[in-house]
Amino acid sequence: MSVNQESTGLVGRSMPRVEDAALLTGRGRYIDDLPTRRDTAHLAILRSPHAHAEIRSINASKALALDGVHAVITGDDVASLTRSLTVGVKANVECWPMARERVRYVGEPVALVVAETRYLAEDALDLIEVDYGVLPVVMDPKAALQDEAPLLHPSLGSNCISERSFRYGDPEKAFSEARHRIAVEISYPRNSCTPIETYGVIAEYDPGEDAYDVTANFQGPFSIHAVVALALKVPGNRMRLRTPPDSGGSFGVKQGVFVYAILAAVAARISGRPVKWIEDRLEHLMASVSATNRVTRLEAAVEPDGRVTALSWDQIEDCGAHLRAPEPATLYRMHGNMTGAYAISNLAIRNRVVLTNKTPTGLNRGFGGPQIYYPLERLMHRIADELGLDRLEVIRRNLVPSGAFPYRTASGALLDSGDYVAAFEAALKDGGFDDLVERRKRAREAGKLYGIGLAAAVEPSVSNMGYITTVLTPQERAKAGPKNGAQAVATIGIDPLGAVTVKVASVPQGQGHRTVLAQVVADRLGLPFEAVRVNTELDTGRDAWSIASGNYSSRFAAAVAGTARLAADRIRERLAAIAASQLNVEAAQVEFAGGRIFDRNNPDNSVSFNRVAASSHWAPGTLPDGIGHTIRETVFWTPEQLEAPTPVDGINSSLCHGFIFDFCGIEIDPATGAVRIDKYVTMHDCGRILHSGMVEGQVRGAFAQAVGAALFEEYAYGEDGSFLSGTLADYLMPTVMETPEPVILHYESPSPFTPLGAKGVGEGNCMSTPVCIANAIADATGASDITLPLSPGRIADLIFGEEKPSSNPQARKPAKARPGERQLTGEGSATVAASREAVWKMLLDPATLEAIIPGAHGVEKVSATHFRADVTLGVGPVKGRYRAEIKLSDMVEPEAVTLSGSTQGALGFGSGVGRITLTDADGKTVVGYRYEAGIGGKVASVGGRLLDGAARVVIGQFFQALARHAGGGSGGGGILARLKALLGGRS
Amino acid sequence: MKPPAFDFLRPDTQEEVLETLHRAGSDARIIAGGQSLVPMLNMRLARPGVLIDIMPLHALRAIREERGEVIVGAGVRQAEFEAWPQLAEKLPLLSQAIGWIGHVQTRARGTVCGSIAHADPSAELPLSLIALGGSVRLASRRRRRTVPAAEFFLGMMSTAIAEGEMIEAVAFPVAGRGTGHAFREIGRRHGDFAIVACAAVSDGQTTRLAVAGVDDHPRRFDLPQEDGGALDDALNDIAWSLNARDDLHASARYRRELVRRLGRETVMEARSCRS
Repeated sequence: MSVNQESTGLVGRSMPRVEDAALLTGRGRYIDDLPTRRDTAHLAILRSPHAHAEIRSINASKALALDGVHAVITGDDVASLTRSLTVGVKANVECWPMARERVRYVGEPVALVVAETRYLAEDALDLIEVDYGVLPVVMDPKAALQDEAPLLHPSLGSNCISERSFRYGDPEKAFSEARHRIAVEISYPRNSCTPIETYGVIAEYDPGEDAYDVTANFQGPFSIHAVVALALKVPGNRMRLRTPPDSGGSFGVKQGVFVYAILAAVAARISGRPVKWIEDRLEHLMASVSATNRVTRLEAAVEPDGRVTALSWDQIEDCGAHLRAPEPATLYRMHGNMTGAYAISNLAIRNRVVLTNKTPTGLNRGFGGPQIYYPLERLMHRIADELGLDRLEVIRRNLVPSGAFPYRTASGALLDSGDYVAAFEAALKDGGFDDLVERRKRAREAGKLYGIGLAAAVEPSVSNMGYITTVLTPQERAKAGPKNGAQAVATIGIDPLGAVTVKVASVPQGQGHRTVLAQVVADRLGLPFEAVRVNTELDTGRDAWSIASGNYSSRFAAAVAGTARLAADRIRERLAAIAASQLNVEAAQVEFAGGRIFDRNNPDNSVSFNRVAASSHWAPGTLPDGIGHTIRETVFWTPEQLEAPTPVDGINSSLCHGFIFDFCGIEIDPATGAVRIDKYVTMHDCGRILHSGMVEGQVRGAFAQAVGAALFEEYAYGEDGSFLSGTLADYLMPTVMETPEPVILHYESPSPFTPLGAKGVGEGNCMSTPVCIANAIADATGASDITLPLSPGRIADLIFGEEKPSSNPQARKPAKARPGERQLTGEGSATVAASREAVWKMLLDPATLEAIIPGAHGVEKVSATHFRADVTLGVGPVKGRYRAEIKLSDMVEPEAVTLSGSTQGALGFGSGVGRITLTDADGKTVVGYRYEAGIGGKVASVGGRLLDGAARVVIGQFFQALARHAGGGSGGGGILARLKALLGGRS
Repeated sequence: MKPPAFDFLRPDTQEEVLETLHRAGSDARIIAGGQSLVPMLNMRLARPGVLIDIMPLHALRAIREERGEVIVGAGVRQAEFEAWPQLAEKLPLLSQAIGWIGHVQTRARGTVCGSIAHADPSAELPLSLIALGGSVRLASRRRRRTVPAAEFFLGMMSTAIAEGEMIEAVAFPVAGRGTGHAFREIGRRHGDFAIVACAAVSDGQTTRLAVAGVDDHPRRFDLPQEDGGALDDALNDIAWSLNARDDLHASARYRRELVRRLGRETVMEARSCRS
């Protein structure tokens, strides 16, 4: 394929985006803005508060009794109308869109409610009673591989759902001959590129035709359409999927809405009416989808000069509780690129995919890239440090050499074009690397902590739809038949007035596809920019599409814009022939410009574009012989370079490969550990630039999200599986205040494989920036192990020495430092004006317990040592009703007793053990207590920051009530004195 | 994220507010700016049966100076307080602290007294009230009372407001001559809840340091005029006394370090800027 370069014209210019007028004046049409049928009902979803539990029973009778509730649907109801989801590996496992019999992650759908309004639907959720039998959880991917680990899917017999090993070249020989072996071990965290618009679905079912009609803010790939139709047990033509005109962002994440498309479709069928569901933020953070977390050990065979002769990867990929299509694609998307930007011919890879009690993973900007480049570029940094070499020099020596393109990597990628060394040198020069080194020197001389980080990366784009089959063995692949390619499609239509419309299946998520397509087609047809209108809504029942359609793997510029160009070429060719016959010249002589078609040698000999373009409608009989009409042209394009995996597992996983080299300077405040990105330079070779403003927007956007991944964002889980980042006060995304202006540089090497020479550019900084920042932190602190996200507390651990002890040896010993753990402990005492015997009796008496258990509504004595109660617990305005079980044990009358209890309610669940001791003090009793409690469910997800204190308040309420019941307390800790004042105020 | 049904009342007089509060008991909540309460309603963490909106009550929307105190009514929005022309002169500590509260958008709705009533352990306004030794004016159907700040905050989101009571106003003592003030805060991002926030007030004799974000409510300490190692030791004891905990955003140890380091910076600044 040759590269067509227009030297003038619209392509390459930063045209104002045609999308913006509507978006900036509040006229965007997002899914929640779309009109719905008058009888549309609303869907709400009951989600599991437990990370792992059996569902013993679901009682929906109270919910169904609410006026306006149309249906309550369980996993078994859904299963009766669907088929288990297609799983991308050969494994004996079922994969349902909602829980059946067992929940496996916090937030997993347990029941669906269809009601008149969303408010009512949520009221009904509160009334559904689910009896859970809690099971042990496994959260850590390495722990999931242990023999004794709890099993998520007993049918699998293991939590490892896929394992494959690969070797390319002769890695064993390279390692045995290497002078040095240098390794890193990395645990890459879970995070997500969080769109401002959450998931949304509007679904209908037509029983007369057994057909579903679903509008969802799905972004592709449309291979998932097949998964949905198969799950719903209808042919593809009875599963019509439409997308809204505008999207509030996706970054890959909206791929995961397909699960809810299935659930809403079934809910519409069962409830007999259209159903609408808009995901809320808590649902989104907790249970939509996330990037994978991955544990990686990467080892290099290294020569004394820093040249790497072999790499050995051992990757443990955590895909959460279910392997949802297209996973384990995150692990295989980069399979051709496991040597990064380097020429390393020997390669060993061991890939294991494990399931843990977390939300299932899916597409996410950077898809598999950050998980690769973090270990690889930390390793290059370490190689330089361990061998005492210059870090730049180690990168330079290993880069794919100039003149080697197209370059076939060890694992099969064909790096299409570039000059990595030249781009690297240009970045150092134009980005002012020497000045940065000087700046670091000065900063360090002034006593500051300052570091420089580097990162080189290859940014793949336009995924080979066959790469995921690399997870299968060559024998399995042979049996299943080859999968390859990446069909892109574009349609150009011309109406009877000669106006041009472009239609694509790229499902933009805010990028500005319509603008770029107008530029490309207008240029080719010699029309003004405004003359071309572009429609990017997709309707699988009406439009041209294929499995590769959609918005992912940075495929737009390279594949979709290129295909539109090919369609414009075909239309132009025919228009030229028609015009040539009217102008009486050769078609080769015909030129298009300014809305006219003319003789290049005699521009006055011309005819208007519209007239020629309209002739296919008004006078088809006048078209020259053998020239087809120009009413509509649809082009499908798939690049020949995207071949199926070879028998030895070589895979050209992507069509295009951009090059990135980043460096940055970071200053750390030695007093607080706060990180300031002082300078960030990012060099991109993304082939031909079609719209420089949008390229800059893509780089800035990915950079901001990468700053988030590096410094702020983590989907955090407690050891009990509780989800801990359920609000945007706990899942922290960088704002403009935290995101500096990057210096963006370009080196343009057009791709020889794409019609316009363009490559993708949307994901690169998500891959390169987290590790670049980590390398700078390593440089600043001298630390060798750097774990993301780099919160100031983590940085502080790297730079603060031993902590100054308390001068008071009685001072509280430091709480166990286990960030993220949801275990509360505490102790205290209170003095009660009653004898030990009296206090003892109170603790064992249901009537007293009722009076002293905060918010108890009736205490039921099950046995002498077992009580049951309904309690309302609350702190400030936060109140929830819970069912509590309390048991007494280890009783030493009247000195000590152990209280163990558990509570369960709409806000979550808790359990705890407390030891109470009674000591005589001049006729009064000092009640000492020490407790350990765990809290999970919604309250842990949204209120983590406040939980400890809240638990102390509730426990305080208990002792306050005990004291009051015993005739008023006195003395004790300061808290009781204050509580007494409070009681006085209340009476 | 839709709240359960509730009654929304907008009485014309404060007497009606108090009467309604009395009748509804613990089922009622006052709503002013709603910046904390509305998210809690949406998440169904709070489910009051009755919300009483006090924002139409003009009498509660005034800021006035009275007997050496600045009285901020229950309907005064944070943004209005921030824009009060005498803020820097009368309450230099608040003029430093208020920009740290959330964002411009949340301050445009949130009220000063609402933040005091909510008693978030990281919040700037309770911290400032404690640091300055201000007080809270409470009203119920039967009576009015004034609670000193040091007795008002009882724990996490727990205050001395009794059933049937509402905050009418808070009172901040006007800055005395020759007093220095300083405010420092560390959060993860601009506008986030403080990991640690420190406020210091220094006169000739002592320096008061108040700390938020560590214990369940802001705490205040009097530091002698010592310096150097003695100050470090005092700050270290404070750091250890605050019952620091780990959470998602910071470890207990990091919080203690910030108390030592940020506390020292705040104290030194307050001492240095005594007018």
